[in-house]
Amino acid sequence: MFRKNYPLLTISSEIELPYNYSLGKYGGRLVTELKQNGRIVGIKCPKCDHVYVPPRRVCGRCFIEMDEFVEVSNRGILQSFTVVYFSFLDPETGKKRPVPYGYGRIKLDGADSEFLHFLEESDFKKLKIGVTVEAVYNENRVGSFKDIKYFKKVEDGDPS
Amino acid sequence: MGRRVAIVGTGQTYHKSSRKDVNGVELIQEATSRALEDAGLTRKDIDAVVIGNMDHFEGINYVDTWSVDGNGGLYKPVMKVTTGGTTGTTVAIAGYYHVASGLFDTVLAIGWEKNSESDTTAAIITCSDPYWERPTFGGAVAGLAGTACEYMYKYGITERDAALVAVRDRKNALKNPYAHLRKQITVEEVLVSPMLAYPIKLLDICPRTDGACAVIFASEDKAKKIADKPAWIHQVSSRHNYTFLTDIERSGRMPTLYEACMEVYKNAGIRDPLHELDVVEMYTPSSFAGLVWIDALGVCDEGEAVRLVSDGVTEMSGEFPINPSGGVISTNCIGATGLIRVAEAAMQVSGKAGEHQIEGAKLALATGFGGCFWSDVLLIGSPRPN
Repeated sequence: MFRKNYPLLTISSEIELPYNYSLGKYGGRLVTELKQNGRIVGIKCPKCDHVYVPPRRVCGRCFIEMDEFVEVSNRGILQSFTVVYFSFLDPETGKKRPVPYGYGRIKLDGADSEFLHFLEESDFKKLKIGVTVEAVYNENRVGSFKDIKYFKKVEDGDPS
Repeated sequence: MGRRVAIVGTGQTYHKSSRKDVNGVELIQEATSRALEDAGLTRKDIDAVVIGNMDHFEGINYVDTWSVDGNGGLYKPVMKVTTGGTTGTTVAIAGYYHVASGLFDTVLAIGWEKNSESDTTAAIITCSDPYWERPTFGGAVAGLAGTACEYMYKYGITERDAALVAVRDRKNALKNPYAHLRKQITVEEVLVSPMLAYPIKLLDICPRTDGACAVIFASEDKAKKIADKPAWIHQVSSRHNYTFLTDIERSGRMPTLYEACMEVYKNAGIRDPLHELDVVEMYTPSSFAGLVWIDALGVCDEGEAVRLVSDGVTEMSGEFPINPSGGVISTNCIGATGLIRVAEAAMQVSGKAGEHQIEGAKLALATGFGGCFWSDVLLIGSPRPN
């Protein structure tokens, strides 16, 4: 069908497609609390008492609307973690995400759902499921999820 | 209750890390043609097409329309289905629904992906919450690594235990001419392969693959005419979990897979899956998942899966063979991956699996796993269901 070997070509294409996502009233309230008061708020289901962080409007289990905001602790227990070593294109920035970095699922005291955030530690040998971690805030808080810089291991119950 | 439905033909491309010789449409056409050929049908015999992939891997929307040359759907009803990792199994379930409903007699289901065309992890990250999860989430590799870490803690399994799964699947892939990675590996090689996201190393995780798969579903009347040995759909089930990764309920066995399996067994009258199922094509995106999720198939007590794997029970020669095709760890063209599980299960019960055939297989389970720990399960068998 082809009389000679044509090269197999690929073409490169980049799409810059900025989005503006709504946090809604509920997510917005958590972000504002982080900025103004350095505290984390969740929301409690009136039916099953499940406390969700981040707060959202509807309890998926009961499928009813929630309106009771509750403060949860800046401390919690590390439920799982990983340390990422391979780099990839970060859809947030359009650049390669810096590695290594650690992140994990944290069950904050007073919450039933977990909270996904960065960990200070990026040596997996020094991380352990079940340790207590605490939020460390940036000095200048701008009203963002990232006003919490990372979660840091609490040594012997005291923040080190 | 829907009509009886059977799989009467399957087709796959030869899966590779990069198929620069074809574009997406042509890749789809390869699998579609092979499925039609396997069934002895032509495009004219197809009443409707269901197709799936994930748009952001290729950055092209509307695959249902732009691939019409390759998917055989010109002037026919074509529907696109996308559910993340489960896309392939969901495409199969949708194909089954089409025929079971009585509205269509012969339906073509297609799953495909050209993962070489973009950064897979970047694309996967867009499935997570844009604000609360994307900054930390490191895609499938890191997400599965987090759960692997939890399994090691909870069940006391080791990286060496998990490596057995990768070694088994890669060994089976040697017998499957369509598999992407066809090279035997050892436990030691898995353990020293580069760490991607602790504790998952390069050889613990599925590859990125270019490939497509097509499966033809037919009503009872048609199936009996088309195929000597139709692969009947006995049961299907689907369970979804929370979307926030941190909301997922993690108590006990992989909950969506367990629930879906239990529903399938109950409706099919299966009481002892370990002995009643002849083969499983399990969606095992990582070696750790391939170990721990066996629990959720209800064939052992929680935490005991490692024993089944290390005792050889899940080998091709064992009582409960898992992934004779080589599984996801050997081939992962994401939108096709779940459909390949279905196709392989059908090939087994129809006696068409060639070198990786499980002798006398009558009942096969195919599973699908998707983004937020949701599951699809299909039970496929050679006896006609009651």
